[in-house]
Amino acid sequence: MTETLSFLIDERDRGGPAQPLLSVKGLVKRFPVKSINPFAKKRHVSAVDGIDFEVLKGETLGVVGESGCGKSTTARLLMKLMPQDEGELLFDGEEIGVALSVKEYRRNVQMVFQDSYASLNPRLTIEQAISFGPRMHGEADGKALSDAHDLLERVGLDPGRFAGRYPHELSGGQRQRINIARALAFKPRLVILDEAVSALDKSVGAQVLNLLLDLKRDLGLTYIFISHDLNVVQFMAQRVMVMYLGKVVEIGDCREVFAHPKHPYSSALLSSMPRVDPRNRTQRPPLSGDPPNPIDPPSGCRFHPRCFKAEGVCSTTSPELFALDGDHRAACLANIPGSGHSAASGNGVAA
Amino acid sequence: MTAIALAAPKRIILRSPGYWKSTFQRLARDKVAMTALGVIAALFLCAIFAPLIAPADPNAASMIRRLRPIGTPNYPLGSDELGRDMLSRLIYGARLSLIIGVTPVPIAFVIGSAIGILAGYAGGLFNTIIMRTVDVFYAFPSVLLAVALSGALGSGLTNTLVSLTVVFIPQIARIAESVTTQVRQLDYVEAARASGAPAYRIILEQVLGNVLAPIFVFATSLISVSMILASGLSFLGLGVRPPDAEWGLMLNTLRTAIYANPLVAILPGVMIFITSISFNLLSDGLRSAMDVKS
Amino acid sequence: MYAYAFKRLLHIIPVAIGVSIFCFLLIHIAPGDPLAAILPSDATAEFQAQMRTLYGFDKPLIVQYGLWAMRALQGDLGLSIATGRSVSGEIASAAVNSIILAVAATFIGFTLGALLGFMAGFLRGTWVDRLASSLSILGVCVPHYWLGMVLVVIFSVTLGWLPATGGGPGGSAGRAFDWAYFRYLLLPAITMSVIPMGIIARTVRSLVSDVMAQDFVQTLSAKGQMAPRIIRHVIRNAAPTALSVMGLQLGYLLGGSILIETVFSWPGTGFLLNGAIFTRDLPLLQGTILVLAMFFVSLNLIVDLLQGIIDPRIQRS
Repeated sequence: MTETLSFLIDERDRGGPAQPLLSVKGLVKRFPVKSINPFAKKRHVSAVDGIDFEVLKGETLGVVGESGCGKSTTARLLMKLMPQDEGELLFDGEEIGVALSVKEYRRNVQMVFQDSYASLNPRLTIEQAISFGPRMHGEADGKALSDAHDLLERVGLDPGRFAGRYPHELSGGQRQRINIARALAFKPRLVILDEAVSALDKSVGAQVLNLLLDLKRDLGLTYIFISHDLNVVQFMAQRVMVMYLGKVVEIGDCREVFAHPKHPYSSALLSSMPRVDPRNRTQRPPLSGDPPNPIDPPSGCRFHPRCFKAEGVCSTTSPELFALDGDHRAACLANIPGSGHSAASGNGVAA
Repeated sequence: MTAIALAAPKRIILRSPGYWKSTFQRLARDKVAMTALGVIAALFLCAIFAPLIAPADPNAASMIRRLRPIGTPNYPLGSDELGRDMLSRLIYGARLSLIIGVTPVPIAFVIGSAIGILAGYAGGLFNTIIMRTVDVFYAFPSVLLAVALSGALGSGLTNTLVSLTVVFIPQIARIAESVTTQVRQLDYVEAARASGAPAYRIILEQVLGNVLAPIFVFATSLISVSMILASGLSFLGLGVRPPDAEWGLMLNTLRTAIYANPLVAILPGVMIFITSISFNLLSDGLRSAMDVKS
Repeated sequence: MYAYAFKRLLHIIPVAIGVSIFCFLLIHIAPGDPLAAILPSDATAEFQAQMRTLYGFDKPLIVQYGLWAMRALQGDLGLSIATGRSVSGEIASAAVNSIILAVAATFIGFTLGALLGFMAGFLRGTWVDRLASSLSILGVCVPHYWLGMVLVVIFSVTLGWLPATGGGPGGSAGRAFDWAYFRYLLLPAITMSVIPMGIIARTVRSLVSDVMAQDFVQTLSAKGQMAPRIIRHVIRNAAPTALSVMGLQLGYLLGGSILIETVFSWPGTGFLLNGAIFTRDLPLLQGTILVLAMFFVSLNLIVDLLQGIIDPRIQRS
C-alpha cells in the first residue's frame, strides 16, 4: 500500500501513476573499434543497439544478461555519463536535454556502481564523499555535512564512527552502504543499481538488499536493478528485462518470465540458474559457446548461432519485440505469427 | 520542534588522519630522509644568512693571495684564482646555486601539472595536441635541451631559470597526464560527474587530491637533477655570469687552477654533490612514505 | 610486427617534424637579430640587407623553415660561420669521437652496473646490496663534470698516469686502436660511465629480485639446485629490459655529453656545440642540435622495435 501511495504524495510527480517514470526509445550506442591501420574503414561495436523499454513508477526493473551484453553501457547512457548516438530518454514525460535539463535530471536519477572501492575517492572522508553532490548544487557546507550524517544513519552506519573515515578503512559492505547514501543525497526518484551487490559476500549482499528494499519503501524510490545473478533479480524485481548483444530479447513480469520464458535465450539463461530444490531440477538445455563478436554480430536474429530452435529464417530476419500476453514481450521468430518459423502459429506451409 | 532540534546533542565525529598527515608522520620516522632534510635546511640557512656567517667579503680579490691552500690563516678553505676567500664564496654561492637549481622545479610543477591534468581530464583532440608537443620536447636529452635553450637565449639568471623550467615542464606534464588519464576512468569520477558537478570542481575536489601525490614525488626527484643541470650550465658559462658566486661557475673558473691547487679547485663540486644527494634522499624517503610505486 | 613497426614510425613523424621546427626556431628565440651576432658592428645598412637576403632572413618564417628543412633532408645544413666549412662535415667528424666515447662509456657502465645489480639482486639485504644501492644513488647525484675534474686531479695531476685532456695523441688524427689512444679515452669514458652504471645497476637489481621471488626459483633453491639454472633463467628474463635501458642510455650519453666533452676537451659533438654557442655560430648550433635530437629519436624507435620483437606483448599495449 505504501508503495502505491508513495509516488502519489511525491510533489515532484507530474504525469500520475500511469505515466512511466522513465521511457527509453530507440537507444543506440556505438564505440569505434581502434585499428592500427589508419586507412582501414572505421568499424564500430554496437554496445547498445536500439533498445526500447519503460520503467514504471515505484517498481524495480531487473536487467539481466551475460557480461558484454550492454547492461552497464545502458546504465551509463541512462545516467548521461556518455552521449547516446541515437534515441531519446523521457523522464516523467519530459524529454531530457529538451524539457528537462541534464543537471535537473541528475538530481532525480542516481547510480550505485559495482566496485564499492573504485567508486569512492580514496582521498575524501565518507562525509566529504556524500556531501560532494549537494554542495555542487549549491547547498551550504554545514547543511550538506549534517545531511550526510543523517544519510549515514539511514543506511545503518553510525555517523560518529564512520563520517570521518577514509574508504580503505571500511569493509566492502560498509562501502556499498556509503555509495547508496551518496546516491540518496539528492533525494532521487530513480536509482540505478549496477551490479550493486555482485562483488559482496552472499550474507553481506543480502543485508544490503534488505536495506535497499527498506529504502525503496520508505522513500518511494524506483529501481533499475542490473545483475547477472538471477536469484537476486528474482528477489528484488517486479519486472525483468533480458538483454543479449545490445538488444532486449524479452521483457515482462518477473514471475511470468521466470516461470514461462518465451525467448530461447532467456530459458537457457534461466536453466543455468542454480536450484535450491532438488525435485525441481533444470530440464531445459543449457547454453553453449561464447557470445559472438559484437563487431560482427550474426545476421538476422543475433542469437541464432547458439539457439536450439534456430531455422533458416532466423539467419535472415531480425525479430522485433512482440507482445505475447499483456505486458510480456519477446523477440523470437518462433513466437511471432506469420514469421516463417515452423513453431510460429499462422504458418500455413511449414518448412 | 525547533527546540528539540537545537537541544539535540552535537554529533562527535571520529576522524582519521588525512593522507598527507600520515605521509609526513611516516616521513618523520625515516632517519635518512630527516638527515637529508637537515642538510637542506642548513644549506638554506647558509644562503639566507650568508652575510652573517661568511667570514669575509666573497668578492674581495687580492692578487697577492691567490690560490692559498686549505688551512691558511684567514682562509680556512683557501682562496680562489683571484685571491677571494673560498669559504665565504661557498657560503654566498649557496644563494644563487639554490635559486637556479631549485626554483625551476616548483614553477615547472605548477605549469606542468596544470597542462598534464587538463590534457588527461579532457582527453580527445586537446590531449593529442598537448601530448604531441610534449613528445617533441621529450625527444631531447635534458642536458641537450637545457644547453640548446640557454645557448640560444644567452647567459644570465633569468634565462637559466627559463630554460630549466622549459626542460622540466614536459617531463612533469607527461607524468601528470598519465596519472590523470588513469584516475579519470575510475568510478568515483564517474559518480562525481553523475552528481552534475561542473568539470573544474571535479578536477579540483576529486581528481587533484589523487594525482598530486605521484606528480609531487616525481617533481621532488627532479630537484636533484635540476641542481646538477643548473650548475652545469654555469659551468659551461651559460648560466649566471662572473663575478657572482655560484658553485658551477666557481668550478669553471677554478678549472685552470687544477694543477696549482687541486683540492681547492674541486670544493664547489662537493657542495653541488651534497645538495643534489640530499634532495635525492629526501625525495626517495617521500616516495616510500607515500608508498607510490615508481 | 609490421603493423606495430608501422604504427611506431607513424608516431615519430610528427615528433621529428616538431623537433626540426624547434631547432629552426632556436635561432629566432634568441634576443635580437640573428644576424647581429655575426655581422661586424659597423656594417652598413646596405650590407646588412645584402646579408639578410643571402641568408634568407628576409623571407617569411614559414618559407625559411621550408627551405631549411628541405636542405637538411638532403644532408645540407649550411656552412659554419666560424670555419666556413660545411656543418654536416663538421658534425660528421665530431660525431665519430662522440660515438667512440659514448660506446666506451656504455660498455664500462653496463658491465659494471649489470654485475653490481646482479650481485645486489642475488644477495638482497646484505652489505653488497646496500653498497650497490648507495653506489647507484651516487651515480645519479654526482655532478659528472665535477667527477671528471676529480679524476683528473687523481690520475693526471697527482699520479701522472693519464693525460688530463685531449682527443688522442696529436688530436683526433692520432685515432688508433692502441694504448696511446686509449690513455686519452679512459678518463672521459670512466667519468661518463657513472651515469648509466647506477641506472643499469638499479634496473638489473629489480629484475633479478623479481625473478628470485618467483615460486619455481624458491622450489629450485629448496632442492639445492641454486646457482647455474637460476642464473640462466634470470639472464634470459632480464636481458631484454636491460638491453633496452642500455640503448636509451647510449642515446642520452651521445646527446648529453657536452659537459664531459668540455671538461676533457674531447673533440666530439658536445665540444663542437659548446664552441658554436660561444662563437655564435648559429648554423652550426642549429645543425648540431638537430642531428643529436634526431639521433636520439631514431635510437628510441630502434629500442622500441627491438623490444617489440623480443617481447610481443609490448606491441599490443
